Amino acid sequence: MKLDIHYFASIREQLGIEGQQVELSDNNNNVADLIVSLTQVDARFSAMIEATPSILVAVNQTVVDRSYTLSNGDEIAFFPPMTGG
Amino acid sequence: MISVQEQDFDIGLEHENLRVRAGDPGAIVTFSGLVREIYDTSESASDVVSGLFLEHYPGMTERCLEDIVKQAAKRWPLLATRIIHRVGELGPKEQIVFVGTASAHRNAAFESAMFIMDYLKSHAPFWKKQNSKDGSQWIMSRASDAAAIKKWDPGS
Repeated sequence: MKLDIHYFASIREQLGIEGQQVELSDNNNNVADLIVSLTQVDARFSAMIEATPSILVAVNQTVVDRSYTLSNGDEIAFFPPMTGG
Repeated sequence: MISVQEQDFDIGLEHENLRVRAGDPGAIVTFSGLVREIYDTSESASDVVSGLFLEHYPGMTERCLEDIVKQAAKRWPLLATRIIHRVGELGPKEQIVFVGTASAHRNAAFESAMFIMDYLKSHAPFWKKQNSKDGSQWIMSRASDAAAIKKWDPGS
């Protein structure tokens, strides 16, 4: 499946990119699988995940947990805890 | 009614609009959040802030704010609500956020305004980066903000 990934705030700055398109196998299809997949192919992502244990993941603009099942075309976002207001 | 915008807002005008939209309110509560000049960077140190940069997640931000207003409307008999959150570059002492609630009675207006701000701080995808003489750094979330949510749902 194809996924559209976006990064925000400190995560975007640590990775040096605003987002990317990734292909994930249909067998390993939840958020935790996506994180493992990105960690294996990108050393910067691996370092970022280790440095930011509090990172949040949103799928189609809703925050989800690591067991959430992904679907083709999903919009994924990685960001730190919110600090607005 | 929700706005995510770069431009400043006029509290007097927003209050008047709430008063008109609410019809016959007995109470209006307004809250505004401002950029502080002195920001605590740790328990022992503080820094002088020369400005803030506010980033957000367009689309998700508006959905979150709409959802927070809907949750507030389920809990209190509200006649009108207003949220404005600014994004982009903001200078010291500038206004960041406005929350206004109108109801027949004061308790509903007070409590719903606090509820909306508490949820906004922990759930709406905004991030602050502060500029000071030592450069710029992203502001970390506070445990007190997460704790503020718990008082509205003690069982969760």
